[in-house]
Amino acid sequence: MNNDRIVGNSVPRKEGRDKVTGRSRYVDDMVLPNMLFGATVRSQIPRSRIKKISFGPGIDWNEFVVVSAKDIPGKNCISLIGDDQPCLADTFVNHPEEPILLLAHPDRHVLPRAVESVSIEYDPLPAIFTIEESERRAEIVWGEDNIFKTYLIEKGELDGVWEKADHIVEGEYATGAQEQLYIENNGMIAAFDAAHGITVWGSLQCPYYIHKALMALCNLPAEKVRVVQMETGGAFGGKEEYPSMIAAHAALLAIKSGKPVKIIYDRMEDMAATTKRHPSRTRHRTAVSRDGKILGGEIDFTIDGGAYATLSSVVLSRGAIHAGGPYYWPNVRIRAKAVATNAPPHGAFRGFGAPQSLFAMERHMDRIAQTVGLSPVEIRRRNFLQPGQTTTTEQVVREPIDLGRLLDRALEVSDYHAKRQHFANENQRGTTKKGMGIAAFLHGAGFTGSGERYLSSVVGVEGCADGSIRVLVSSTEFGQGTNTVLSQIAAEALGLPYENVSMAQPDTLQVPNSGPTVASRTVMVVGKLVQSAALGIKQTLISANLLRENYTPEEFRSACQQYVSEHGQFRSWSRYEAPADIFWDDQKYRGEAYAAFAWAVYIAEVTVDLTTYGVSVNDFVALQEVGRVLHPLLARGQIIGGVAQGIGFSLYEKVVWQNGRMQNGQMTNYIMPTSADLPPIRVFFEELGNVYGAYGAKGIGELPMDGPAPAIVNAVVDALGIPFDSVPLLPEDIMDQLASSSQLSGASAGGGDR
Amino acid sequence: MSDSREGHSRAEISFVVNGEPKTVWAYPMERLLDVLRHQLQLTGAKEGCGEGECGSCAVLMDGALVNSCLVPVLQARGSNIVTIEGLAAGETLHALQEAFLECGGAQCGICTPGMILAAVHLLDRKPEPTIDEIREGLSGNLCRCTGYSQIIEAVAEAARRRTHA
Repeated sequence: MNNDRIVGNSVPRKEGRDKVTGRSRYVDDMVLPNMLFGATVRSQIPRSRIKKISFGPGIDWNEFVVVSAKDIPGKNCISLIGDDQPCLADTFVNHPEEPILLLAHPDRHVLPRAVESVSIEYDPLPAIFTIEESERRAEIVWGEDNIFKTYLIEKGELDGVWEKADHIVEGEYATGAQEQLYIENNGMIAAFDAAHGITVWGSLQCPYYIHKALMALCNLPAEKVRVVQMETGGAFGGKEEYPSMIAAHAALLAIKSGKPVKIIYDRMEDMAATTKRHPSRTRHRTAVSRDGKILGGEIDFTIDGGAYATLSSVVLSRGAIHAGGPYYWPNVRIRAKAVATNAPPHGAFRGFGAPQSLFAMERHMDRIAQTVGLSPVEIRRRNFLQPGQTTTTEQVVREPIDLGRLLDRALEVSDYHAKRQHFANENQRGTTKKGMGIAAFLHGAGFTGSGERYLSSVVGVEGCADGSIRVLVSSTEFGQGTNTVLSQIAAEALGLPYENVSMAQPDTLQVPNSGPTVASRTVMVVGKLVQSAALGIKQTLISANLLRENYTPEEFRSACQQYVSEHGQFRSWSRYEAPADIFWDDQKYRGEAYAAFAWAVYIAEVTVDLTTYGVSVNDFVALQEVGRVLHPLLARGQIIGGVAQGIGFSLYEKVVWQNGRMQNGQMTNYIMPTSADLPPIRVFFEELGNVYGAYGAKGIGELPMDGPAPAIVNAVVDALGIPFDSVPLLPEDIMDQLASSSQLSGASAGGGDR
Repeated sequence: MSDSREGHSRAEISFVVNGEPKTVWAYPMERLLDVLRHQLQLTGAKEGCGEGECGSCAVLMDGALVNSCLVPVLQARGSNIVTIEGLAAGETLHALQEAFLECGGAQCGICTPGMILAAVHLLDRKPEPTIDEIREGLSGNLCRCTGYSQIIEAVAEAARRRTHA
């Protein structure tokens, strides 16, 4: 029973009208008077000492503004968690595409030739490009041991478990880099004057990350740095940390030239130089009983962080905590490690480590099922976490989640059993083979562990002079629906029409730091703060005797107007306070890792064509429990979009590397799914609610990225009967593996246990 | 990217944009996209890839759907161009714009102008397309947010309303 009028309804997207009419203003649509255009000179080799920089002939270099590391007023770093990544390489480069020099000119057309005319003489050093090379430590390319970060999660006692086991199942799994491929490339405009300091406008997720980075770089106080988010054309994590680099570059050029400077990357530069999803390797060794119960296991999770630490420690943390999947592990040891290589730094991408470790877990469950002789359905059912049990970090499952029921419903809507039986017959003949694959998983919403406590986010709600309401947050809209859902929450809390609420443009001069727009935290965590700040407005008006309970929107409007005319600016603030029953131990990596988990079961149906070795997904069921769904249309859009990216991650999107450089940085040769490639993606929600989220919401944005890769690869394995343990899984990989497995089975005909 | 102006001088080039005659002074090999965005301030067409792969710069030129990043402006001489800015009649949205809003067809919005124009082009040729025809008709326009389902639903809905209006 609920009486909410606005949350739960698919109200119109706040900025939707501007988007469908072309009126929305993205950073490249903005022009300032006397604006220059900036470009970046980058390293062409992975690791070296810089010997000499020279400016080639045939160009009037006096027309250009040139910035090098020497021009940096403050510290030469992009301040994030650590300060190890330079803004401009000075004496050493540590990866291809590392920024070395910046150029600016009034005419953007002359920049590409100028960039090419700068020649850099290198003194090359040996470089490393894989997790294994980094582990071998023949070259130390970062710190003392090439290791950015390690975590150890231990629960129970593994001694004795191996002896008790009926089966010990081992597997190694790998995932590749993935490009976020937002359709709007990265871009920034910066302007500087001594009185106001530096202002940047750009395509970005996290205004206050950039604010912090520019303060350190420009040696300016907080009030002399202003960051404004323009409409942002997709992000997916790809505009979490790298925009600080571009803002820094535009700022340096603006300070030196005294003019506004615009830097817009073209697609090749964006793909080659900015962050991608961390490549990963996961090893499982699992002790299992005869009846398919997990007794304990070791999980070794390793990610390639690239050349600088950036966000790798946090990606690693989320990947490690999700590595055990939605299963009960009485005993487990998870060792996680982020290592350095000489590739451009890998970074945030929807899912943030979880798609990597969950791919391994869910492939491994099918391997366990096969070893024990149970079905993929039954092995999962026997090991699902139950309320009252604890996760790998010993977090007690308090909510009444019934994963068995989610699984049953997903099996039913996908027609799993009938189809699988049918395919078993059909696959006996012909050159197309069909299969069904399952992935069960969870995704923690909000920052990990004590993260939200450290962020200590602040939200404001303003009663305006005209009696309307304005929400003040640094949480950004980049397609996912921030503007719409936070407006819904404020309107619901105040009992006002949705149309009476507007969103302030994220601008660090205007809005408080409500934290970064990442980690599926906006609706759940920031939304809850919006709700309480909105209630503060109402309480103030009631206490001032301007409003009674059970007011009409008109009464509210006039009360608000009157309050503003009597007292001036009318704002209510709310700051995050960690719930008293949430405990996390950062040293032992134990406790309540997340205030809430979303839970899901995804099922893929695939066809493998043995003539082309191409895989097509014929049907995809995405069933999840995400707390209360506040906006059904947007929520469904998030799930479908995430599944589509997951299908790309599974079957299409391969970054081809050579000496740390991306070789296929174009949309013509890095292939993402088109409308003709995708199956019907059928979305189902279960809604249990969540006491920690606004109106019962949990996080939703990242969840759908976790399930598709294991569900699809499990389906391919089901179709062909041979294992595949890495993504992306391309036709050539299938061809190679089929060829080698038919050689093997030819050699040991009759001896196999398959 | 090479300088499209080298070896050329500017020329006067006239065409019709969104029903209005326009004359620009441009290098013949300049991209139509740049002329629309920088000279005519029609910034609805977006550059996503610069090589005709993503469709976010798509406009209609004499009724054909073209990627304006691949069209030298000289080629547009004398043509009739429609951009996203020319679709609504004042504050009254085009049926496809309405349907994109209602069905969740626009998320981040960057592909939306090109996508809507591709849909206009599709419905001009096929007023009652099947779902597969919509999938095929929009396959030259990339969207990273939606997974396309809600775009396809929007196009189907706009077609339904038009034929049943």
